[in-house]
Amino acid sequence: MKDMADGYITEDGRKIGGVMMEMKNITLRFGGVVAIKDISFDIREGEIRAIIGPNGAGKSSMLNVISGFYHPQEGEVWFHGSKRPSMKPYQVAQQGIARTFQNIALFEGMTVLDNVMTGRLTHMKTNMLQQALWWGKAQAEETAQREKVEKIIDFLEIQHIRKTPVGRLPYGLKKRVELARALAAEPKLLLLDEPMAGMNVEEKEDMSRFILDVNDEFGTTIALIEHDMGVVMDLSDRVVVMDYGKKIGDGTPDEVRNNQDVIDAYLGVAHD
Amino acid sequence: MFYREAGDFKTSYVDDSQTFPIAFDRYRYYFVLVIAFGIIPFIINDYWANAVMVPFLIYAIAAIGLNILTGYCGQVSLGTGGFMAVGGYACYKLMTAFPDVSIMIHLLLAGFITAGVGVLFGLPSLRIKGFYLAVATLAAQFFLVWLFNKVPWFYNYSASGQISAPERFVFGVPVTGPNVEAWAKYTVCLIFVTGCAWLARNLTRGTIGRSWMAIRDMDIAAEIIGVNPLKAKLTAFAVSSFFIGIAGALLFAVYLGAVEVGEAYGINKSFLVLFMIIIGGLGSIFGAFAGAAFMVLLPVLLKNVLVGGLGWDTALATHFEFVIVGALIIIFLIAEPHGLAQLWKLAKEKLRLWPFPH
Repeated sequence: MKDMADGYITEDGRKIGGVMMEMKNITLRFGGVVAIKDISFDIREGEIRAIIGPNGAGKSSMLNVISGFYHPQEGEVWFHGSKRPSMKPYQVAQQGIARTFQNIALFEGMTVLDNVMTGRLTHMKTNMLQQALWWGKAQAEETAQREKVEKIIDFLEIQHIRKTPVGRLPYGLKKRVELARALAAEPKLLLLDEPMAGMNVEEKEDMSRFILDVNDEFGTTIALIEHDMGVVMDLSDRVVVMDYGKKIGDGTPDEVRNNQDVIDAYLGVAHD
Repeated sequence: MFYREAGDFKTSYVDDSQTFPIAFDRYRYYFVLVIAFGIIPFIINDYWANAVMVPFLIYAIAAIGLNILTGYCGQVSLGTGGFMAVGGYACYKLMTAFPDVSIMIHLLLAGFITAGVGVLFGLPSLRIKGFYLAVATLAAQFFLVWLFNKVPWFYNYSASGQISAPERFVFGVPVTGPNVEAWAKYTVCLIFVTGCAWLARNLTRGTIGRSWMAIRDMDIAAEIIGVNPLKAKLTAFAVSSFFIGIAGALLFAVYLGAVEVGEAYGINKSFLVLFMIIIGGLGSIFGAFAGAAFMVLLPVLLKNVLVGGLGWDTALATHFEFVIVGALIIIFLIAEPHGLAQLWKLAKEKLRLWPFPH
């Protein structure tokens, strides 16, 4: 990897762009508990950035800060070169940041197609009156958006369950539908909170393939939290390691793997 | 054998997303419309209009309204009666203040006024959910009924405290007042039902409907993909109250003619409409119709069977009616918690495979 001012080339020859999102000295407290302590890192255009760390390290809290659920007491979030004001989650979504959840958060009563269509909400332009009359624009928009959604459905190979209510699907497929819903928003930045939790080896391989394909074909920047070290080391370009709300490592998978603090955090240190 | 999608290939997304994808369903729907518009108005009599058809149609509108709020957006409301009262009184004030304007426009305007009031009482839904919201809307119910009782301006200072609909005509035919014919009442209600059902279907299948359902199923996830919860909840309250307001206005102007607020729009109405959508099926337009039919027709049917068929005393039959209707509701909900709409869906699934289920 060569360091460059506005990007770098990865080992497999992908070109990574400039800084897309930068977290500057984020501190997040819940009362007396400090969940995140003075953490800074950046996410660059087109890269796959992993956030790892033992349980309770504050990884999910970090994603929640990015997606606007939590508002840090200190620090700044910079997105596309400008400081982001305090935002509600739906405003963050409108900026082009989509995410999936650790525990699947799909709309159980709706079909797969409807779930994925909801992902395109931020691209819908017609107003309520036009939709109520379902004339011209509203129908044309629905059809145009449906075409885009069908591409995503095709991409993630879930055509056969298009019209099945999500509540009836098995776990692995639900995870995939959730990814489809996030992708449908055509996000610039995709946040994945443990996309492979609870999956078997084949499902993990499938999901890894999808993540790489998404990054490759759509050029989507991805930030992911994952516990499976094999997956993290294979997929990601750079890794942030957190422990007890602090950043203890940041760099390429190889650098992180050889970082003494990281090894200590994962394996424990002998107290002598 | 004829109830199949096999061979009926959809080649465009417009075709694929239509309301009745199976050809037989489509023809059945047109058939019902033709009967409702082309035949029933010519054969309907006073008994059928007043006891069955008109209340069924009016409650169907109210049920569609509440179903949008509770069934599609997941916000439980016990204020239906109060919102119907707003519709009724708005219609009355408009009819007496602007006697030259068509009653059809007044009925629509009553809907819009109710939508405004609905949004106002929907504001608490942004902070509270579930049972707590139900209690907040219950407060709306009592407040609105109290308001229309206590402020004489609403009933034009009439001595009785009642409001009664003056006579109004559409194309020279009276639709309100004492000289309304059965078919005119029925037709006015039918026009509004058809329009409301069509609007409701369009809203629920599009973007706005999906954002309502997203809020219902998981509000956190809805927010993360870009649903503005404020907008989604308030539009649900507005649209729902619009339909409920029209239902209330029709109940007053076309069906009853004269109402006293506590009697016509009391808490009973709120529960009645809530029962309708629970029995009919939450989150289904068909369910609203099925539930309204169930709750309106069942007492009439029972009365005919008990008094007419078995020769019971009328008073006894009336008491037993409550017992039987109540028992039926409980039995029914145990057997099929998702309502008549779900039964209908299962029946259709079976029919698709019939007669070769394997």
